[in-house]
Amino acid sequence: MVRVAESLQPSGPHQQANRSLTRKLWWFVVGAFAFGWALVPLYDVLCSVTGYGSKKELLVAAHAAERVDMARWVTVEFLSSVPTLGAWEFAPEQTEIKVHPGQLYEATFLAKNMINQAVIAQAVPSVAPNMATQYFRKTDCFCFTPQKFEANQERELNVRFFIDPSLPRNIDRVTLGYAIYDVTQTKSALQN
Amino acid sequence: MSASHTHDTHAAGHDDHGPMKGWRRWFYATNHKDIGSMYLIFSLVMFLTGGLMAMFIRAELLYPGTQVLDPGTFNSMTTMHALIMVFGAVMPAFTGLANWMIPLQVGAPDMALPRMNNFSFWILPFAFGMLLLTLLVPGGSPAGGWTLYPPLVLQTGDAFPMAVFAVHLMGASSIMGAINVIVTIMNMRAPGMTLLKMPLFVWTWLITAYLLIAVMPVLAGAVTMLLTDHYFGTSFFNAAGGGDPVMFQHIFWFFGHPEVYIMILPAFGVVSEIIPTFSRKPLFGYDAMVYATASIAFLSFIVWAHHMFTTGMPLVGEMFFMLSTMLIAIPTGVKVFNWTATMWKGSISFETPMLFALSFLFLFTIGGFSGLMLAIAPADFQYHDTYFVVAHFHYVLVPGAVFSIMAATYYWLPKWTGHMYNEKMGKLHFWLSTIFVNVLFFPQHFLGLAGMPRRIPDYSTQFADWNFVSSIGGFCFGLTQLLFVYNIISCVRGGVKASDKVWDDASPQGLEWTVSSPAPYHSFEVPPEVK
Repeated sequence: MVRVAESLQPSGPHQQANRSLTRKLWWFVVGAFAFGWALVPLYDVLCSVTGYGSKKELLVAAHAAERVDMARWVTVEFLSSVPTLGAWEFAPEQTEIKVHPGQLYEATFLAKNMINQAVIAQAVPSVAPNMATQYFRKTDCFCFTPQKFEANQERELNVRFFIDPSLPRNIDRVTLGYAIYDVTQTKSALQN
Repeated sequence: MSASHTHDTHAAGHDDHGPMKGWRRWFYATNHKDIGSMYLIFSLVMFLTGGLMAMFIRAELLYPGTQVLDPGTFNSMTTMHALIMVFGAVMPAFTGLANWMIPLQVGAPDMALPRMNNFSFWILPFAFGMLLLTLLVPGGSPAGGWTLYPPLVLQTGDAFPMAVFAVHLMGASSIMGAINVIVTIMNMRAPGMTLLKMPLFVWTWLITAYLLIAVMPVLAGAVTMLLTDHYFGTSFFNAAGGGDPVMFQHIFWFFGHPEVYIMILPAFGVVSEIIPTFSRKPLFGYDAMVYATASIAFLSFIVWAHHMFTTGMPLVGEMFFMLSTMLIAIPTGVKVFNWTATMWKGSISFETPMLFALSFLFLFTIGGFSGLMLAIAPADFQYHDTYFVVAHFHYVLVPGAVFSIMAATYYWLPKWTGHMYNEKMGKLHFWLSTIFVNVLFFPQHFLGLAGMPRRIPDYSTQFADWNFVSSIGGFCFGLTQLLFVYNIISCVRGGVKASDKVWDDASPQGLEWTVSSPAPYHSFEVPPEVK
């Protein structure tokens, strides 16, 4: 077996060249393996250099929350509507509050399902004026997920928010409105 | 062997050494023809194994509802089918063709590194043995898709480390095979065969081999990270520990996109050999073909994130990856037009290899066009993860890569065995394959556009009709392949004696036709002179 294998080895000069090229190619493979691992820090570097990805935006948001503008007051109004649900009550606990930009607040809406069956509801928010939308930051909201109500159930729905301190100076009044819809059919279709 | 051989004492009288007897011939194989044959047989076995899984998938999708497989098994069938077809069937088939043909085409006595060649083949049965064993372990075989995305893949049961190590072994095998190809091509060419005189199959394989050694290690790194995330508490892809699951997709597709060219560039090489032969004209635009292949290889490294348009990339990223992807259409178009121009005013005959090559030309182009559609970022949001994607990549892989492997098999089989295959049965195999591959995959475009997601065992009844058609096409395509197996086996066993040129009236070009049929166990021990 050894004899046959040897007879198939290329002659002298080739063997030398083959060894040296093979060695170089193995180094190339090692380099490629290292490059695969280097991609991990490289992606972070790419994101921090270009500002791509959401990390930087999240940091801005976190920073905004730490910087409370105590000298400024903005009025936040709450609106609610029930376009399709029928026998429901849905209203904000307070119709408006005054807030400092940068400070975290919580507002409560009261919802009552007066239909004699369970309903899955989805609230859709809107902010006015349009300009203010990107400065109105909700950290937690009942509108993030569908809400299930048993027949005749009544409960509180909460939203936590703050106004970004970089809200343009000319805006001193922001309206947050919710329309609440019946999504029982689509949601239960998805679950089946 | 030359007189200046360093092992003079052993060298005497070795030239007519035949193969060893029995299992030793295969287990200790260092002969490129033996290893090439083992690769090709292994690939055929894996093709049938992966094909059987596809039959189960199509049987489940024949009707809406779940009849044949439970959803978990269905998911592991799609995952295993892909892993086996990509790493077990297509890649080893091309490596087998490389082993057989590259030394013959460049006028070398053997591959440059015969021992490593043996090792890189014999890793494969163990890798796939381990992968197939996962069907029996608790928790079932991997079912999170062949792309192995975390966090889903981390929910795999006991099969998880087995699948990861199997991928490691496949990678090691491919890397060694690629190094062998590069060293053989760079160092072992016959005198006078300059790089730009090499047959195109050799060229495409040289470039493929460089792609392999550049990206297989990256895949090995990515799956190792999955392993450490699972067992050692690292958080490469775990958001709770500061990692990012989307990063896996970036690393995976940095491997994955060059990988799709690894599976198609040698196919381009095969077609570039066959079309000139049966058109009785030299290949049109040889240099352009070489440069186009190199451009495709280069571009393959900068387009990976087109697989990830819906991950929430910044707009600039989507634009970049969309445009760079579309750029690939240019060198690919150069190739398609050059093959067409090769046939222009040629004296064409339609033997089985030519039929498969022509079918490749048409159907691969369809897959290329649907690829362009998927490259359009805004449109991709509709196509993403639907059957449209399934139709696209099956068009480039089945009537693309697989048809080229079949074409190559019919083209070179008489050279390997010394017998002609049954031409009538070959043509029957071709026509049934071409018809049913379209019945199988074309309706999947419609299903995808209508919104049917991929990787689901059950579907809405609106998709029932086209799924039924697709499944029928699938069963017929699967059965047709038994003709191929039968034809190969009977050609190995006997048949009409093939001449040295095999395709005499087409007078094929290339050194492989200067040796006798079947090719002798040792060929080109005295290097041929290339003018």
